Amino acid sequence: MKHLLSARELGKEQAIAILDTAIQMEQVNAREIKKLPTLRGKTVVNLFFEDSTRTRTSFEVAAKRLSADVINFTAKGSSVSKGESLKDTAQTLQAMGADGVIIRHHASGAAHTLASSGWIDASIINAGDGTHEHPTQALLDAYTIRQKLRGNEAGTDLAGLRIAIVGDIAHSRVARSNLILLQTLGAEVYLVGPATLVPGALAAHAAGSFFSLDQAILEVEFDAIMMLRVQSERMTASFFPSEREYARIWGLNGDRLAKLPANTLVMHPGPMNRGLEIDAKAADSVNSVILAQVANGVSVRMAVLYHLLSGGTEID
Amino acid sequence: MNSRTVLSGSDIDRAVTRIAHEIVESNQGTENLILLGIPTRGIWLAERIGKVLERSYPEFVATEAIGRLDITMYRDDLAINPTRAVTETQIPSAGIDDKIVVLVDDVLFSGRTIRAALDALGDYGRPRAVRVAVLVDRGHRQLPIRADFVGKNLPTSVAERIQVQLTETDSDNSVVIEG
Repeated sequence: MKHLLSARELGKEQAIAILDTAIQMEQVNAREIKKLPTLRGKTVVNLFFEDSTRTRTSFEVAAKRLSADVINFTAKGSSVSKGESLKDTAQTLQAMGADGVIIRHHASGAAHTLASSGWIDASIINAGDGTHEHPTQALLDAYTIRQKLRGNEAGTDLAGLRIAIVGDIAHSRVARSNLILLQTLGAEVYLVGPATLVPGALAAHAAGSFFSLDQAILEVEFDAIMMLRVQSERMTASFFPSEREYARIWGLNGDRLAKLPANTLVMHPGPMNRGLEIDAKAADSVNSVILAQVANGVSVRMAVLYHLLSGGTEID
Repeated sequence: MNSRTVLSGSDIDRAVTRIAHEIVESNQGTENLILLGIPTRGIWLAERIGKVLERSYPEFVATEAIGRLDITMYRDDLAINPTRAVTETQIPSAGIDDKIVVLVDDVLFSGRTIRAALDALGDYGRPRAVRVAVLVDRGHRQLPIRADFVGKNLPTSVAERIQVQLTETDSDNSVVIEG
């Protein structure tokens, strides 16, 4: 495997291999010297055209723990703000000898363009492209679910687990990647949200879809419920009447949490709009694994970097 | 392909027993002793040595003194070989600081595995001393590394392959030279 552009590229065995490696990375992150020499001499570039704190930091920590040199390249304050194109930026990074490029871009398909253009030889990791995909987020979500519900056991999949993805599905790259990866791992994924924000083409690939959160909770016993951020910045039209109405009908609050099975995991990819898609009672409940998701992000991204950058030839 | 058995199952048992006693002899007891097996077959050998020690020395507790050390992330050939699966490392709960750590592996060849293991150990603590125990020393060292406890010295040519089989993972207990 040279690039990680989409959750679609990950077969079941490959996905499980990455999750299994992440278990060992988690061990490294628990010891006193949190450092491995594995990627010594490799250069990893964080190429972020969109704002991000947790993903960029998470990748930076992951690369540094593997001893890679990390260059942070954000659109603000770089030549991109002077009008440099993605091609010129890529060729500049190529000239500097980047071995891996982690890209976040507002345009769907940007990572794919970078990987297939021939502008740069580096491994490309998609850290979110527009409303398309965010595969490492899906991997860390799968890891967190396996950790909490399958005893973090190597080799296991997510067969039979029922997972709801709730909210702004249409604008969510997290939803798309999770739908693909979690189903690859054998889980049943349900899409829940306002009819305006649940695209029919995606729902056709899910185990089921609901336009009412209350009805979904009533009909399916979910093992995990993943609340998505309402991405106002990507909304070019009105998809729901008001934020208050969204929070009332689609938000996860204490009352809805009480109706879920007692050990259902509450997940959120962050950053949260508290009071909109999730309220404090749900976000800070014992069911919430939102902070575990962040912590696991580092281990999972270390595993991805290891699988993409360490081998001299194709992964078996 | 030519193949001949150089160690039978009972030869391996005797070698393991002798190594176990040699370790205790050089350590003047079992105190502060930690045995770390290097995957895959080093793990089984470390456990076998531990069983011998438990039988002969009542004060020796295998669960507190035996672990495993995965060296994959410390290898110096990661960039030229396909990506390898990483396996679990288990260090006994007391840690390795100020202990006598014996690295246990099946075959000592180039010495690069032990080099990687020494680097890995440094990230877990500072042992008082590190020793190496192997079932077979086949020569052809590429680094200034030697074994302290050897089951059998086997002069080989570089082209030959040494196949160590242990019933924990294989169908048989034997050491076979092929080639």
